[in-house]
Parts: sequence; C-alpha cells; structure tokens
Amino acid sequence: MSHDSDPHRHGGGLIGRSVPRVEDDRLLRGQGRYVDDIALPGGVEAAFLRSPHAHARIESVDVRAALAAPGVVAVWTGEDVADLPAMLNKEELRTPPGLAELLDPVVRMTPMPLLAREKVLYVGQPVAVVFAENRYLAEDALELVEVGYAPLPVLVDPETSLSPEAPLLHEHLPDNTAVAVAARVGDPDAAFAGAHAVVSERFDAHRYVASPIETRAISAQVDPYSGRLTVWAGTQTPHRLRDAIAHTLGLAPASVHVIAADVGGGFGQKGILYVEELLVPHAARRLGRPVLWREDRNENLTASSHAREQIHHIELAADAEGHILAVRDRITVNFGAYNMTGLVVPYNSLCHLLGPYRVPHVDIDVTGVLTNTTFATPYRGAGRPETVFAMERAMDRLAVELGIAPEELRARNLVGPDEMPYATGLVDRSGSPQSYDSGDFPELLRRAVAKADVEAIRARQREGARDGRHVGVGFAMYIEATGLGPFETARIDLAPDGRVRLAIGAPSQGQGHRTSMAQIAADALGVPLGIIEVTGGDTEATPFGVGTIASRALVNAGNATHRAGRLVREKIIEAAARRLGVTADRLDLSDGVVAAKEPGGPSIGLAELAGRAPLPGVPEPTDGRHGTEISETVHFRPPGFAVASGAHAAVVEVDEHTGEVEILHYVVVHDAGNIVNPMIAEGQVTGGIAQGIGGALYEEMVYGPDGQPRTGTYMDYLVPTSSEIPDLDMDEIFTPSPMNDLGVKGLGEGGAIAPQAVLAGAVEDALRPFGVVVRRGPLSPSRVRELIRTADRP
Amino acid sequence: MTPSVPTPLTARTPPLTEPSAWHEIALTVNGRAVTAQVESRLLLSDFLRDRLGLTGTHVGCEHGVCGACTALVDDEPVRTCLTLAVQCAGTEIRTVEGLTTDDAPLTSVQRAFHECHGMQCGFCTPGFLMTTTALTERPDRPDEAQVADALSGHLCRCTGYRNIRRAVCQALDERFGK
Repeated sequence: MSHDSDPHRHGGGLIGRSVPRVEDDRLLRGQGRYVDDIALPGGVEAAFLRSPHAHARIESVDVRAALAAPGVVAVWTGEDVADLPAMLNKEELRTPPGLAELLDPVVRMTPMPLLAREKVLYVGQPVAVVFAENRYLAEDALELVEVGYAPLPVLVDPETSLSPEAPLLHEHLPDNTAVAVAARVGDPDAAFAGAHAVVSERFDAHRYVASPIETRAISAQVDPYSGRLTVWAGTQTPHRLRDAIAHTLGLAPASVHVIAADVGGGFGQKGILYVEELLVPHAARRLGRPVLWREDRNENLTASSHAREQIHHIELAADAEGHILAVRDRITVNFGAYNMTGLVVPYNSLCHLLGPYRVPHVDIDVTGVLTNTTFATPYRGAGRPETVFAMERAMDRLAVELGIAPEELRARNLVGPDEMPYATGLVDRSGSPQSYDSGDFPELLRRAVAKADVEAIRARQREGARDGRHVGVGFAMYIEATGLGPFETARIDLAPDGRVRLAIGAPSQGQGHRTSMAQIAADALGVPLGIIEVTGGDTEATPFGVGTIASRALVNAGNATHRAGRLVREKIIEAAARRLGVTADRLDLSDGVVAAKEPGGPSIGLAELAGRAPLPGVPEPTDGRHGTEISETVHFRPPGFAVASGAHAAVVEVDEHTGEVEILHYVVVHDAGNIVNPMIAEGQVTGGIAQGIGGALYEEMVYGPDGQPRTGTYMDYLVPTSSEIPDLDMDEIFTPSPMNDLGVKGLGEGGAIAPQAVLAGAVEDALRPFGVVVRRGPLSPSRVRELIRTADRP
Repeated sequence: MTPSVPTPLTARTPPLTEPSAWHEIALTVNGRAVTAQVESRLLLSDFLRDRLGLTGTHVGCEHGVCGACTALVDDEPVRTCLTLAVQCAGTEIRTVEGLTTDDAPLTSVQRAFHECHGMQCGFCTPGFLMTTTALTERPDRPDEAQVADALSGHLCRCTGYRNIRRAVCQALDERFGK
C-alpha cells in the first residue's frame, strides 16, 4: 500500500501508518467466532412468534399443541414472563442535565413488554417464544401456537399519528408524541420578514435499515462452576447489555459476563437493547441449559430497528447575495411503536441542521412520533443524513431561486477556519453550548469542486442530452459531532511473559480496533506492535465501558489507551530503575527494552522485568513488588465533541427513458483530524458512503397502509452489490482536534451522512430540463421516471 | 485412505422425527471422507456448521442473496443455504477452512483480501474467498464482466466493495499474470 507516504504520518511511530490488520488472519481462515459459531453442548435454540398485525388486541394464546411438538423444551407467552420488568433503553432515554435545564424537552417512556400480553403495536413484535432442541423444531412448533387477535386501527404515517382523532398506541400517554424539543437563536421571525428571498419546502427522508450481514444473535449459559451467567452477544454496547440483563433478572451486574466477540457489522442496529437479548439469558437460567437465538433475515428487516424516516418542513431566508439570514425547520421523526432512544436521533437532527454554514437566526423544532411500525433508532449517522438531506436540498433550491451556482452559494455561507472554535448559538447533545472545535470547511468545498470539474459538466449540459441521458452534479457538506462521552475505558497490563495486554470497553464490529488501538498503545509505551494483545467488548476485561456507537471509539478508547500507555510506560521505567539500581531519568523504553540513555549502560527486557514471580528458587523481589503488578486503567472523559466534517460531490448520468441513475464520479473530501491508520480510515469512509449510496438509490423499507412491511427479504429490500458502488475519488484534510491528546475525530459515520443529499442534488441537476425537484428518496428507476412524468417542464 | 469423520451428535442435530426422512450420505469435505445420517430438510449450511463444526461458512440471509454461505461443491460456488445436504451425496465440498491448513501460509486469494483491506467485520469474507478461489481455478482469466457477475452474488455491508474488487484483481493477477 502507498499509505506510508501519507501527509498525516508524523514521527517515527506507528500512528499514521497503514499497519495491516492483525485481526484478518483468523477471519480469513474461517476461524472467526461470531455468536452463532460458538457451540454450547446441551444447548437449545429459541425462535420467536411475532405479531402478524400492526395493531391488535391479543384475546387468547394457546400453546398446548406447540408444547407437545417434537423436541420442544418450553414455550413462553407474555404471562410466563410477566414477573420481569418491561424493557427500557434507560441510558438512551435519559436527558442530559444541561439539555433538560436549557431546553426542557419532552421525553415520554414507553416500556416494551418482553413478550406482548395485551396489545401488539407493530408487525414483528414478539408474542411468544419456543425453545427446542434446534431451530428447525422450534420453527415447526411456532406454527402450532394459536393466538387470537382483534385488529385495531393502524397508524403508519407520523403526521396522521399526531392528529387529535388518532387512536393512542400507548394508553398512558396523552397523545402519540414520544419526544419534543425546540431551539431558537436570535430573532428568526424578523429575519424571515426582512429577507430578500425565502424558500419553503417539504423534504422526506425515507425509512431504511442498517442490515448488517450477520443478523442479531445472542447466546447464554449459566456457568456450572461459578453459577454466573455468561452471554455472547452481537452487540455494540456490551456493558449496557450486562446492566440491563442484571436489572431485568434481578442479578448483580458483576454476576453477568457479556462478551461481544466477533460481531458481523452493527452500524447502530446492534447498539440498542432488544427484548430477545433479555429473554435468552433469562431462559438459560430458567431452563438450566444453554440457549441460542440467531435472527433470520426476515426478522432483521422487519423486527430489528429501522431508521431515517423524517419529514422536514424547512424554510431558508437569505439576502440578495445568498447569505443565509435564518433557518426554520419543523421536523417530524417516525419513532415506530416504541420510544427506544429518546432524544438521540431527533436532537442529532436538530443540532446538525446548520452544518458548516453560518446562520444567525434559527428556529427548529423536532417531534418524535409513535406509529404502528417497527421502532426506529440510530443507524450510522443517527439523524444526520436526514437533516443534511433537508438542509442541502434547501440550499440547492435557494441557489435556483437566487440564480447562484450551488457551490458558490455554499461557499458564501461557510464558517471560516479563522473563526474556530465556532459557537453556533445552539446547545450540543450533552447540554453545553455547541462549538465546532476545528475544521476548514472552505478548503473541503474547494477541493471537492475542483475534483468534480464543474466546468466540464456544465459544458456537457449545454451540449444537451445524449440518447436521453442527462448529466448533473451535486454537492453536499456536513459536520459531525464525534467522540460522544461520557467516557471509555482502557486497561493495560504488562503480563508475566513481557507481553502487553490491552483491554478496551468498546467492541469492534469490523472497525479494526485490534490494530489501531495496538498502534496507539505501541507508540505510547515504546514497545513493538507484535507484543500487544487487544481485547474489546468483554465486560470482565473492563468492568466499565460504553461501546462502539456514535463515531466515538477511536476518540474515547483511543485516548484512554494513549493515556494508559503513557502511565504504564512510566511505571515500567520506574520498575526497571529499581531493578537496575539507577535513577529513572537515565532510562528510556523503546522497542520493548528499557535501557540506559547513554551508550553501554544497563538494560532489561520486559519479560525479565515482568516475570519475577515468587517461585521456589527464585529470589523474592527486594522492593516487594511483582512485575505483574504493572497495570493502569484509564477512563477517558472527552471535554467536548471533536467535530469532523466533509464535502461530497457527485456526477451522475440519468436515463430519462429507464430512470436509471449511474454515478459517473463520486468525490469525497473529509476531515477527521489526525488519522491513526489511513487504510482503516479509508475503509470506514468508503463503507459509510456505500451505505449512503444504498439509501440514496436503492434501499427503502416500505409499509402498506395496513402496517404490513412489504420489503421483508433481500429480494425486495435492495442492498447494493459491488456492481452498484463506484470507486470513490477521495481526498482529506487534517485539522487536529484540540479536544484530545491524539488530535483525532471520529469517522465511522461520516461517509454515510452526505450521499443521499449529494445524489439528490445531482439527479435534480441532471433533470433540470424537466423542472424536477427531488423531495424524497430512494431515487430508484421507478421514482425517477415518476419525477419526470409529474414534473412541470420549465 | 482418509479416515471417515465421525458425525458429532450435538444438541443442535435434529432428532429423528420420521425415520423415512433420514438418509445416509457419503461425501468429501475439505479432503476428508465423511459419512453422515441427514434429515431430508437439513440445509448444507447447517450440515457444515452444526454437524461438522465448520462454522466458517456463514449464514446471512437464508434465501440465496447475500452469498456469505458460499462453498465449493465439485469446484463450483454454491449457496449452501439453498442446498440440501442430501443433494450433496457423492460430491466433493470445499469450505473456507479447507483453503489452507492451520499452520500453513494463507493462499494468494486470502492474502489479497488481507493486503488490499478487502474485509472489515469478516462475516461475508468466507463467501467472497470461495467465489474468488473458483475464479482463480478457471483455465483462463475471467474477463471483467465475468468477475463483476461473480461478485454481484455477494453482499458486503462494511467495505463499500472497492477494496474487495482490488483484492480479487490482485488474486487474479497473481494467478494469471497482469
């Protein structure tokens, strides 16, 4: 790889180098251990009976025939688990104190029963569970469970759900509002009244799904020796899961051990809590046998969390030169049947709406609405792709209104690098005044515009369409507050054999933590990469942790690792000084050896230093300390968000006859501060953009008016293949974050934020001869044809 | 003669429900002779994973779209989630575990995926490896359209495919020359 010449490579260390991934070898040999790969002797498998109705009262449940079926060990209904508390994603639903004080948001709880007892609220809600000797038999028995349903009126559209006549989903709530929050800056009404131009539009972000290739899975066993509960889970947040299992089952958290070993992709969908994750450990205890549940693809598409569906009624006010005076947006977020993550998505949408632009007057409110659809939670970008879609589309409309080129309009409104740190006047998600710590937005845009070669596209447009194929270019920019707190843990131990063990709280779902965290640790310690073993997402290895969500792992776990490494380095040098009988200031640790700084002085290797166990024949250490005591645990608490940013440009060709959108050129210029492993970073950005392109052009979770999902398989829910995703034209700038020692920012989500907006802009530009306005995605051939058919030709 | 692999009867083995629905099959898996009793409806993917403990073959969709479960049956890439174990009597099957032995170096295909960073979470990787291995075993280099066609049978959610395409290209270059 050519990355070693990259400009962000600084010093002679490992940080900044494209170190090949240490996790690959095992996975390439088929030796990964995903949850479903772990054989637990004597285990049973679970299968869930799910509601076929979007909204219905449960009148009767009869499990007698199912219980008598071959191989069935147990069948549970809501009555069987009525003694357990209903599920609440408590941490996610908590409003940060600063936010509560300043904005007083509404957040209403909707605890979810582990198995529905009285009512079902969406198609796919678990109603009963069968445990059998294997999945075949469990599924056979599911067909024998008889449930009597009395259908109720169904709400699919969130705006209908808000109408006063709408039936209530949750009777304890006054209406179907789950979350409401509003923010104002300046005097937006006056700004709109005095504006030269106002655009007012509705833009819809459509519903789609994270869809990791490994579906969700959980396996649990009571350790016959210790009596403790061991849980293998495909989760991004093992500590939260441990605490929730302990709470639900009435256990001490320390008696539950959660291991997120190999996880086959998460993208947010595996970042929240699900009822299946509580029922399987419960069953392992109650049945006295190991229990495994692995979701099938239909369950994943219809009953694991969805994302993205929002309606924006957005207005921009501008002066004659295109300077934005004010933004007003009324955002409705479709939460689905339960409020799972509270303010996370709505507030992300609110406080990322302004993006890189200078906006003096702001008026935004967001409402999270309950409907009879599968619950919606964060998915890669978590509220940002939706809001960027609305804002960037509105910018494109304003550009048309004012007759200014869209890239020029954007340039006129960008916050400059000399204005950093920049306060927007809003409040960030933790409740502090929102501040962009660093960035160079004009440079991002300048590079994206240069790469897109706008002049060539305009010239081609002037020539006219060839064979009904129209070219267009779009631009979109975003900022992303990354490195969400409150903390992440790193523990470093010097093992008796002289190797270094690093445990971090955040598990990997493919992000390459074992490699990038080892790079950070190796540099901080002064040891070779090869002696570092990294564990992530094991609640025994780090009793405290948060998880890998919200573009936070590198910032938080990375800086915790860096600090722990520096502290352990000091301890090693101190121990070596005692051992060698010299003062610590004369010693240095590099390449795994502590040696005198002056030539010819004494030295000691880590194995010798660490391995002084009091065995027969081995002298007791005179200082009373054993080498294995060298360890440090650091909880890194970020002082604020590290704000990453990016500019995307896309050139497309649209076939007016078939409606096909072909991406001719996709440009991304991003800024994630200092980069630890450029190869891994590029992979993250590329993967994010591919998911964004999927959402922009192909993927949509469709519901009928009866609340029935119509896209429950990969035959009708279209995930892009290699043929649909182009090579990307990538560039990057580096504005180190002042918020942490490493100067890093998160970048796991960034790539997914802008593709919907940029492709909508490009398609709209291509179809300008037809006067098309793109107000929602995905831009499938049929939707593009519909846009052309229904457009008002200029 | 390779000894036959005993079939472990784990809890996840379907118990005998209808005697008439069971069949004895003999086949070769990763070079070893295997004889087993299988239920008619047992999927090849479950046979490999649950009976033989070859869990490198991953199941992502169970309806033949994602390609994660791909193994080579008589040298052809096959979706093991759409194939019944009983259909494979007499065949020779290769799974990701059979590409190389535990202590031997990676094959050129595996190395290409590592060197090009053509993998992230690794869940879809075995399927891509098996299809790519089949491409490298053709007598002549497949053309671009054939490569694109082969890859379009696999979903990856992490990488954005770019590095997977590079890896496949590198593996083909190594096999057939640039």
